[in-house]
Amino acid sequence: MNTSLNYAYYPGCSSTGTSIEYDMSSRAVCAALDIKLTDVPDWSCCGSTPAHTVDHSLSSALSARNLDQVASMGLDSCITPCPSCLANLKTAKHRMEDEGFRDKVNNLLDKPANTKIETKSVLQILVEDYGIENIRKKVVKPLTGLVVGAYYGCILNRPAELMQFDDREHPMAMDNIMEALGATVVPFPLKVECCGASFGIPRKDVVMRLSGKLLDTAKSIGAMALVTACPLCQMNLDMRQDQINHANGSHHKIPIFYFTQLLGLALGLTEKELGMNKLCVSPRTLLDFMVNEENIKEKAA
Amino acid sequence: MKVININLSYNSDFVTQVEEESGQKLNNCYQCGKCTAGCPYTEEYDISVSQIMRLTQAGQKEQVLQANSLWLCATCESCTARCPNQIDVARIMDVLRHMARKEGYVGTGRVKTFWDSFLSSVKNNGRVFEVGLLVNYISHTGRFWTDIGLGPKVLPKGKIHFKPTEMQGKKEVAKIFMRFKEESAR
Amino acid sequence: MKVGVFVCHCGSNIEATVDTAAVAAAAREFPGVVFATDTMYTCSEPGQDEIVNAIKEHNLGGIVVASCTPRMHEQTFRRTVERAGLNKYLFEMANIREHVSWIGKDREANTNKSVDLVRMATEKLLRNRPLYSKKFDINKRVLVIGGGVAGIQAALDCADGGLEVVMVEKTSTIGGKMAKLDKTFPTVDCSSCILGPRMVDVAQHPNITLYAYSEIEEINGYVGNFEIKVKKKATYVNWDSCTGCGICMEKCPSKKATDYFNEGIGKTTAINIPFPQAIPKKAKIDPDFCTKLTKGKCGVCAKVCPSGCIDYEMQDEFVTEKVGAIVTATGYDLFDWSVYGEYGAGRYPDVITGLQYERMLSASGPTGGHIKRPSDGKEPKNIVFIQCVGSRDKSVGRPYCTGFCCMYTAKQAILTKDHLPDSQSYVFYMDIRAVGKLYDEFTRRAMEEYDTKYIRGRVSMIYPKGEKLLVRGADTLMGSQVEVDADLVVLAVGAEASAGASELAEKLRISYDSYGFYMEGHPKLKPVETNTAGVYLAGACQGPKDIPSSVAQGSAAAAKVLGLFSKDQLESDPQVSIVDIKRCIGCGKCIQTCPFGAIKEMEFRGMVKADVIETICQGCGICTSTCPQGAIQLQHSTDNQILSEVNALCQF
Repeated sequence: MNTSLNYAYYPGCSSTGTSIEYDMSSRAVCAALDIKLTDVPDWSCCGSTPAHTVDHSLSSALSARNLDQVASMGLDSCITPCPSCLANLKTAKHRMEDEGFRDKVNNLLDKPANTKIETKSVLQILVEDYGIENIRKKVVKPLTGLVVGAYYGCILNRPAELMQFDDREHPMAMDNIMEALGATVVPFPLKVECCGASFGIPRKDVVMRLSGKLLDTAKSIGAMALVTACPLCQMNLDMRQDQINHANGSHHKIPIFYFTQLLGLALGLTEKELGMNKLCVSPRTLLDFMVNEENIKEKAA
Repeated sequence: MKVININLSYNSDFVTQVEEESGQKLNNCYQCGKCTAGCPYTEEYDISVSQIMRLTQAGQKEQVLQANSLWLCATCESCTARCPNQIDVARIMDVLRHMARKEGYVGTGRVKTFWDSFLSSVKNNGRVFEVGLLVNYISHTGRFWTDIGLGPKVLPKGKIHFKPTEMQGKKEVAKIFMRFKEESAR
Repeated sequence: MKVGVFVCHCGSNIEATVDTAAVAAAAREFPGVVFATDTMYTCSEPGQDEIVNAIKEHNLGGIVVASCTPRMHEQTFRRTVERAGLNKYLFEMANIREHVSWIGKDREANTNKSVDLVRMATEKLLRNRPLYSKKFDINKRVLVIGGGVAGIQAALDCADGGLEVVMVEKTSTIGGKMAKLDKTFPTVDCSSCILGPRMVDVAQHPNITLYAYSEIEEINGYVGNFEIKVKKKATYVNWDSCTGCGICMEKCPSKKATDYFNEGIGKTTAINIPFPQAIPKKAKIDPDFCTKLTKGKCGVCAKVCPSGCIDYEMQDEFVTEKVGAIVTATGYDLFDWSVYGEYGAGRYPDVITGLQYERMLSASGPTGGHIKRPSDGKEPKNIVFIQCVGSRDKSVGRPYCTGFCCMYTAKQAILTKDHLPDSQSYVFYMDIRAVGKLYDEFTRRAMEEYDTKYIRGRVSMIYPKGEKLLVRGADTLMGSQVEVDADLVVLAVGAEASAGASELAEKLRISYDSYGFYMEGHPKLKPVETNTAGVYLAGACQGPKDIPSSVAQGSAAAAKVLGLFSKDQLESDPQVSIVDIKRCIGCGKCIQTCPFGAIKEMEFRGMVKADVIETICQGCGICTSTCPQGAIQLQHSTDNQILSEVNALCQF
């Protein structure tokens, strides 16, 4: 196993607020696996969706500032937990390979953009660089009894030519991790369907419909919980679950974890380190259930 | 129903501009409808994405740029990922949105206001300051009740900060926006 | 040599962008040219007569025609000059259509380029020599590769015409894809009732030798005299004594073997006869599933076989056959649709291919002709057909239209209603391609009489929803997204070149396109010929085709073979390499590079020299560029001839 994994880490804005538990658990998991993360110094917002809806050069310039910060660390790649940041940073690098476009971006910057910095997701490096088999070896508290579905969201793997990771229609990275952690994984049929993204505030009705469909589907396949890898997906499904129930007349109480939270749990980290208390839909009952199932299993053995 | 004279109403400058800015060839679209079939937002659209493609092919600038759909596309990439002709449809939607913005079409105002609030938060703080963003959005839309119900749920979680995180380079970020404004004014 | 030049207008094809009169005028100034003119259609009868008359009147010794590609009319004009008493190699063609008028609009530049091309042709012609063909005997037997309906047609037509036929079929029975079909469009008549008797005819025809479960290992020789090495793959059953009684199949305990004939709908036994009407009706063992062969345990079939034909030690066997012509009819395979993640990529058992559905519809199929969902065996109510899966889709590398899926989908929708009157079929289509006699009427019938709901749009995704499959597509005519709760989804999967097509093409030395389909000699005028003499095409190996077209091509290929064999001797092409013995130093480089094995060593006054076997040489010219001495020269394309063209072009 490669014990000297070392990455520049770009947390993204939501890590300081609504997805703080994703950031906490990502850092905790990496520390537990001896993966060294160094924060990109004085990182700024990538511009997310709003920037590219205004202009592509603006969007890329906002990303380019951060890619330049990575370069200043003497590194040629960085990782981020957030798929939206990932997509923006990757798109910026890709599009700036075109000279005409790069010139437009450079017009907005203090110094010419660096076009060499690769970005990967935390999920991707855990699967590709660290390896699922190595994760499996580190499991101390298997997720016994947990029946879970993995929901990837729309942009973690798409467009495939840009993202270069996993299958664009049936991604398996989180499924495989959960399986390695001892959970029972049920194939989630809507792995890459959109949750409503950032429309939660301006068009809540859209999120109610789209995320509602995801929760209904999770229930229909018998998933006790979903794992996600995206702050927006998690927020729509977790924080807005009550709103969704209210709007759709449903009664879901499905915990929505970041995959790093469950990974950390299986590695023996504490609930506090993983920010379990930050989840809106309480996972308490489910977490206790898993402990109990594991005890029964051990006794039987 | 409106009768369209397809040669007189064909705006070739519009077609050229969309093709240049998106890097996509509009004639590659054969109207199979797979983008509309997969689009999670079709239910909200006033003009479906395949029809946006058709109208754009046909150079129907006005009708395209005033479509609400442009503001409801979340760039989820379903259309791009599955297009049999490998057209980056999501990018075309993005480009149409840029054009609509420049020409003063706002479509679904609330979405644009939200995006603008988001960007002004980035401009002022270098990063997104979630509470500030929400306050800004509410002050522009008057939609005070938007997510009031979430307050009691989220506040105790320690996720909400009432002050933006400080970063040194926020002036650099603001400069990017400033230069962008200057460039666009040219 | 007195040279005559004819510059063709080709109607307006050339004249529109080339000043042909000016080209003719310029040609009159070339050394050797005594006559030059422009003509409307040089290839027409008056055009050809003009050439003949000019030869006689001006006592011309050679002709240049500036017109279209030599692929189009070189043969035509060679015959013309022959008619006037000249050797046919005292003729050159300058291509001023494909190489000039069709690709540029600048009339002045085009005219100048045409003049250059005519000058090159003239300079070469001045160095041409008369060449003469040699005659050789031919072997009037024909090899047919592939035992589908096209191959069967070609074989029976040749055999009925009195030729000896050798048929080689890859699987253990002939019949091909057609044998798997339940009914055929647009008549909805039973596929096996039409094909079955033809298959029996093949088995019983005194002129046909059938090698089933065999493949082409090697092909040597040339038109009239091919030598074919056939690999008879080990069946582990002695077919000389196997009676096809089927007792082995009944008793075989290994019942989980892949059922290739039934397209994986259901399983078969490790020793099996693919279907009751198989020809030859002989058993073979699938070595991947036979426990005797994989683990050394079992041997039940050997115990129960009344004729004692089981031989677990059997090895592949090779036989050699000599033939004079080859018809390749290797058919197609279904596109591997598992690249469509959005359709489940094979994850959902109730999403099946059209060919699997055929097996389900067939009374002799694994479900006895009952339509059942593979997942739970229940009868489906809503059946969704999706067209263009792996057709007209650049994103999966299949931009072409398979051409017959529209028709078989309509047929399946009609049959579905016949089988399950309470069912409802939906067809997602892009355009309905129903070009053929009674074809459009047929698709209309599916809609009008059988109430099949045709929805114009592609499907974006299929996902399981409870026991059903949710199919989400578009109806572009309504302009909306539509959903169907389906019990069964049938994909009209397109056709691609059959597995191994390109490898076989290389053995046959024929060209294939970027998808692996074989190239015909000319898209319009040589539909069943290839660019290799004596090798013909029939059926879908040349491109996706339905049954009537495949059969027509089978007959066409047979007619070509019968035509070829109507002579007792063939003439060799004199455009071959010849070794100048005085210059040859015997280095052997040409022998190593010749892709056809046409050059051998010989001894001449105690020295080693290269020698070309003229009948094998294909005139490719690789040897001439390899020879360090310039000793080996390709006739009609000698170094001097080529250099004269270069000099003509690079004068300044």
